[in-house]
Order: sequence, then structure tokens, then C-alpha cells
Amino acid sequence: MQSPKDLFFPTFLLRLFLIWTCLWVLLACSQPTNVETALEEQILHFGLGSEPQNLDPHLATSVAAHNILSALLEGLVSEDPKTLKPKPGVAQSWAISEDGKIYTFKLRKNGQWSNGDPVTAHDFVYSFRRMLNPNLGAQYASMLYPLKNAKSFHQGVKSWEHAKVGAKALDDHTLRLTLENPIPYFLELLNHFSWFPVHQPTIEHFEAYEKIGSAWTKPGNFVGNGPFLLTNHRINSVIEVKKNQHYWDAKTVRLNGIRFYPIEAVYTEERAYRSGFLHLTQSVSADRIEFLRKKHPDELHYEPYLGTYFYRFNLKAPPFDDQRVREAFSLAIDRQRLVDKVLKGGQSPATSFTPPGTGGFMPVSKFRYDPESAKALLHSYLQEKGMDRLPPIELTYNTSEGHKKVAEALHGMWKNVLGVEIRLLNMEWKVFLSTVAKGEFTLARAGWIGDYIDPHTFLHMWRTDEGLNMTGWGNQTYDEALRRAEISNSEQERWQNFQTCENLLAEEFPILPLYFYVHLTLRHPTVKGWYPTLLDHHPYKYVYLAKEEGR
Amino acid sequence: MTRLIVSRILQAVPTLWVIATLTFFMTRYAPGGPFDAERAIPEEIKVKLERHFGLDQPLLDQYILYLQNLLRGDLGPSFKYPEWEVSELIATAFPVSLTLGVLSLLVALLIGIPAGMIAALRRNSWMDYLPMSLSMAGICLPTFVLGPLLIFALSTKLGVFPPLGWYGPSDWVLPSLTLGLFYAAYIARLTRAGMLETLQQDYVRTARAKGASSWRILSRHAARGGLLPVLTFMGPAFAGLISGSFVIESIFFIPGLGKFFVTAAFNRDYTMVLGTVLFYATLIIILNLLVDLLQAWLDPKSRKEK
Repeated sequence: MQSPKDLFFPTFLLRLFLIWTCLWVLLACSQPTNVETALEEQILHFGLGSEPQNLDPHLATSVAAHNILSALLEGLVSEDPKTLKPKPGVAQSWAISEDGKIYTFKLRKNGQWSNGDPVTAHDFVYSFRRMLNPNLGAQYASMLYPLKNAKSFHQGVKSWEHAKVGAKALDDHTLRLTLENPIPYFLELLNHFSWFPVHQPTIEHFEAYEKIGSAWTKPGNFVGNGPFLLTNHRINSVIEVKKNQHYWDAKTVRLNGIRFYPIEAVYTEERAYRSGFLHLTQSVSADRIEFLRKKHPDELHYEPYLGTYFYRFNLKAPPFDDQRVREAFSLAIDRQRLVDKVLKGGQSPATSFTPPGTGGFMPVSKFRYDPESAKALLHSYLQEKGMDRLPPIELTYNTSEGHKKVAEALHGMWKNVLGVEIRLLNMEWKVFLSTVAKGEFTLARAGWIGDYIDPHTFLHMWRTDEGLNMTGWGNQTYDEALRRAEISNSEQERWQNFQTCENLLAEEFPILPLYFYVHLTLRHPTVKGWYPTLLDHHPYKYVYLAKEEGR
Repeated sequence: MTRLIVSRILQAVPTLWVIATLTFFMTRYAPGGPFDAERAIPEEIKVKLERHFGLDQPLLDQYILYLQNLLRGDLGPSFKYPEWEVSELIATAFPVSLTLGVLSLLVALLIGIPAGMIAALRRNSWMDYLPMSLSMAGICLPTFVLGPLLIFALSTKLGVFPPLGWYGPSDWVLPSLTLGLFYAAYIARLTRAGMLETLQQDYVRTARAKGASSWRILSRHAARGGLLPVLTFMGPAFAGLISGSFVIESIFFIPGLGKFFVTAAFNRDYTMVLGTVLFYATLIIILNLLVDLLQAWLDPKSRKEK
């Protein structure tokens, strides 16, 4: 039979195919990138990492939310862009009493909400009251516990009138805050979004005083007092803010706007950056560091970050109910090798729980590498129990390549030094969280990022009754040292007590600190006025875009 | 025909009910909850949150309340993003997924069908081997490889299209090309097979003998039978395309439905999981009905049986 191909072949089809291809090419016309147009427009294109759950400062919980809220709202004080030390914000000046417990803030007269209303001391009292209102269910309400009687009001023991919470508006422009204890870092604390003010008439209008989730945070409804205004919010797409002309310091603000993109996939974010879509990324994937270091050496930034990666032991079950085993596990780890050979991302080995230099505190390194002592300790335990070797230990972590890499490296070290078999058990995130919270683990991965620059943000976790503890460990001396550090006004005394806490952690080993985080990011050279800071805060009013180097 | 539609709608109600019930209880019995976080929430606040979202009620009461709300068309607020209603989130994401799905399908058809036809007509020549090897490569090449390759070539290097986002028509090109090429590969192979079969049929030869132009033979006689396998494939493919693709959405940073579908389960965002599952189920039911109607219309035999 004759093949049909010899009989007919419509050139029409070929033509159609070509036209179709040409159409795509015609559609294409080279366009300038975001980064190129931004110089003219002064719009910062910001990789946000993830979509913020909430834009209500009293209900927000994430870093992403902080990045947006610090553009939309301003607290009593603001931050120095380099040191994060307090600078005047809504408050023009402040006075601190002799005992460090009473702060009197003088609010500036020209402070305005974005709708033109004046910002007053009453706004702050209202906001603190809302944040602490037990019916709101704010997750970060305890951030306001430094205020006198705040805890008893929040826990519903007393009403607002009876509780006498230490926040009082003496007049429209004078605010007095009374603290439970003197807190040396109190002013820095005020830059956490939980202390930001909200606009009372807006909250009342949307009946959001004690309601989770209302429309007041949508563009057009949001009334703020920060350097920028919310203009657009498309979930999983973009959040846009533009310069707020009502802001008291609008003349300092050089950016006309910021566009935040919640790009969760790290590789997508990197591609976005390299195509000129973003000025800066939220993170960089560990396996791209090598490449980026070669390709973009001046744009890849390693910035210190206030966080510790560690493992929790479960002290309620064998073998980690015995201190010798925990110590042996800790001594068998070569942290330097872990960061140099496995992580390779500029992290530093954690020989204490609090990152050195937090608020000026330099903890004495106690967690060390000593394989011989590790072997001896485990040997003495096994002998006492009449065992040859430990039964396999389960190491629980949430599914992630990074966590797996660390777990495998530690598995190798423990096997080499102690001859222990480790079973790696990875779990989906929420399953992992509930498993650890219920104490159904032997050894589990964890991480902690500080909320404020003070050792307290780390060390308070290991108080006996603290919900974040989850190890089953408790020590009265630790609790007492922590309490003394909390009420003390002297730096020396505080550091001493924090060191006592650190020593106890390194003597009894409820946890296994592994390394201190770094913040890895790509940042375009045209972004100016942006400095590495421990909390990754970058006050936007000092940021601008310029071609030439420096100012 | 009317009877078919009515009976299908009547069948859809119990189907959706079973899906809603299964999903409801499966999500509730999954370990972990919407409020579990690394920074554990104090117990008293967790109680408040659970009360706010009605999670403190007995499970059966929650279930009945959920069904009642569902009947009123109320899917409730998202647990993860409490400022947004689930229906509001679906309503913003679905048009995006629909646009992407329709465009990808167009790409798939406009490339796949001509390529398959050419291959069938020029069987065993380079015009057959080239498109068929390309389509084999297309089937084997996952979208998460093709997508970044296209971005690298057309965006990073040439600067022709934006690398990602969903802000204007120029953003639509790369994702619909990535997703469309993958389906085009399948369609090309299906078309080729179908065409080869029909081109051998007697009626094609008869038409040729009668002196019909080659275009007329191809479009009027061969294509109708030759494209039937493609049509069968397109039903489920279309449902898959418009309900969003998590991978494409991640690569191109597209605010579509696929992302909600996947992350809602990870977040234990109960209302969002139920909302997306029910939405998807409804979509499948409607599309299946449409495909059945289309087939009945195309195929006289099945029309008679009905």
C-alpha cells in the first residue's frame, strides 16, 4: 500500500506552525527590569520569604509581618539603622526614674495617623489594653508583661480598672509606663510590633477590639502612623506600600514605596533576584552558596543573626534521664567540623546557648569536644546498667534537607565516638511539633530566634515551668538566677546570673547547642542605607536606591 | 439529555457530602493542629483561639455546624490567614489558575496537534522523528526543569519575558509555555497515533479518489476520527490544568489555587482544606458532565443508547 505521506502534505500546516512560533517571538519585547526602573522610581523590591499571617500588630507573629508592620506603624521609639539603639520615634524624648522602673515619654505634637488624626498618649494606652485583653487571644501578649500588673490583667485575674496596669496617659502628649522590674533593654523592646499603636476609631469601626481577623488591616482601611501606607495586598502575590505624607519625619524618607513579594521557594527567590526582579532576598539556599560566592561575591551577604540551632533531650525517659549519657552525647560532637564541613554557610559553632555578644553578654564557652571523656562517661553508664551498648536512639526532626544533613553528620560522630546507633525519624512539620510538645521523643531538633537583644530572650526558655522548655528539665538554682537577673538593675549582676544559667545548662545538659545562625541574603549594590543588624531590622526611612557607591 | 443532566446533579449531592465528611474527619484526626508552632503558644491563649474558631465544641457538633454553614455557602475564615474568608481566597486564586490553565491548553493544542499531524503525514522521515523525539523529551522533562531553563534563556539572558509573577499579560507567557509544552508532548503523540490509524481508512481513500483537496481530506475526514484519543485525554487534563499546579506556581510565583491546596494541608488550615477539596470536587463533577455531553454529541452510537 502506498504511504499517505507521498500523496498529500498540506503546506498550510507547516505555515500554521511557523506563524504560531513567530507570534510568540513577536509578543516578546525586551523590557527593563524592576531593579533598573527602581532607581528612577525609588521603589524597593523586597523578597519577603512568606506571606504574613496577619497584619494586625497585636495578632501578628512572624518575621514577614514585622517587615511590613515596621513600614506601616511606629512605636514610641525608633531604631538607629546601624546599631538598633533607640532613637526618638513617636516620643520626642523620655525620662527614666532613678530605680529604672518609671519611663515618662514626651510625645511629639506633630505625630499624625495616616488619616490626619493626631497620635496621642491615649492611643498607646488603648493599644496596650487591647493587646493584653484576655479575650483577644494575642500570642505575643506576654511581650507586654514587663508593664506593672500587665500579667494579672492578661490572665483575667483583674479587670483593667482594678488591675492598675502600668500604662497611663498623663495628658495627650505625656505617657507614663511603670515597670514590674527595671529592664535595661526596655526601650529596645518597644520596637517589637506588639508594642506598636493602633488607631482606636478604626479598630472600633471594624469591631476588632477583641476579634481575630477583621477587615481593618485591608488596604484602604488600614490607618497607620509609620513612614509608609498600605496600598495593595494580593495574597501570595504582592504587598505594596507608598510613602506616607502625614508621617512626622516624611522629609527623611527617601523611598517612594516598597513592594514586598512573599516568594517562599528559595530557588525561585534567587532566580527573581538574578533576573533583576528583586533588590534583596529573604534567604539563600545552602547548596547555592558556593556558586553565588563565585558569581556575585559582592552581593552575597553573611549577616549575624540572633539564633541558636540545638537539640532537645527528653529527660523523662532512658537513656537521657541519666546526665552521663547526655554529657557523653554532647562531648562526642565536633561542632567546628559540623560548621566547616557540613553547613559551610558561615555559621559559628555553639559552645553556649546564648549567642556571644547578645546585648554585650559574652558567655563563657562550656560545651566542648572531648571524645575520650565522652567514651568514659558512656562506659560508666553502661557498666552500671549491665549493658553492652545503648539501644538505638531515635532522633526526631522535621522533614527538610538541611535538618537531615545535620542529623546525618551527628549520627556519624556519635557512631564513631560512642558506637551508638541512631535512627533518623523525619516528620511533617505539624506532626513534629505536636510530637515534641507531647514529649513523645528521645532527641529532637529545635531552633530559637531571639525577640530582643538580651540574653533573657534565650535563657528564659529553660525555667522549670516554662512552656517552651519541653525537656522535662528543671533546676531551682537556674530559676533563682534567672529571677535575680530579671529584677536587677546592674549589668554586672545580670551577666553573673546569666552566666550561672549558662553554666547549669552546660553541667546538666538538658539541651545540645549546635551552631549559631547567620542570615544569608543577596542584596543589590544599589540599595543604600541598609546595614547588617542582629535582629534583621532595617528601618526603611533611611533606605534609598542610588547608583554611585556611598552617599 | 435533560435526564442525564438532572440525574448527574442528583448524584453530585451525595458525592460532595461523602467528600466533605471524609475530608472533615481526616483533617481532624491528622496529628498536630492549626495552632502548633515552634514558638509554642501558652495554653490559655490556645484555649482562646480554639474557642474563637469553634474547636472547643464536640467534634460531631463542629461537623454539623460545618455542614449547615456549607449549605448556606459559607466556608468560614481561613485558620492560617484569619483576615480572609476561604471563599474570598478561592475567588482571588481561581481566575489566575483558570487563565493559566486555558492558556496552557491552547499552547498544548496549537503545538501538539500540528506536530502530531505532520509526524503522521511524513511518517518515518525527519519530520516524524524530530517532533516525536522532542515530544519524548517533553514528556520526560519535568516542569521544574523546563521552567527554570525557559526562565534562564528567555528572561535572565535575553530579558524578553519577566522571570516570575502574575501582574500582566507578559507574565503569562513563560508559565503557560512550560505547562503547555508538557501537555503538547502527550497530545502530539496521541494525535500521531490517531491520525495514522484514520489515514489508512477506506473513507479517506474514497475522499481522495473523489478529488477532494488534501486540506479538506485532512480537516473534514481524517481529523474527526484521528483526534478522538486527544479528546478523551483532554477531559481530566483540563481539570488538572485549571485547578492549579503547585510546582508551576512555586517556580513562577503565581498566586493560584494549587498553592492553597497543598499548603492548607501542611498548615492544618481546616476550613481551607475543606474549601479547596470541595471546590476541586465540584469542578471535576462539572467537567466530567461536560465531557460526557460532548462525547454523546460527537458519537451517534452513544447518543442513541442514551
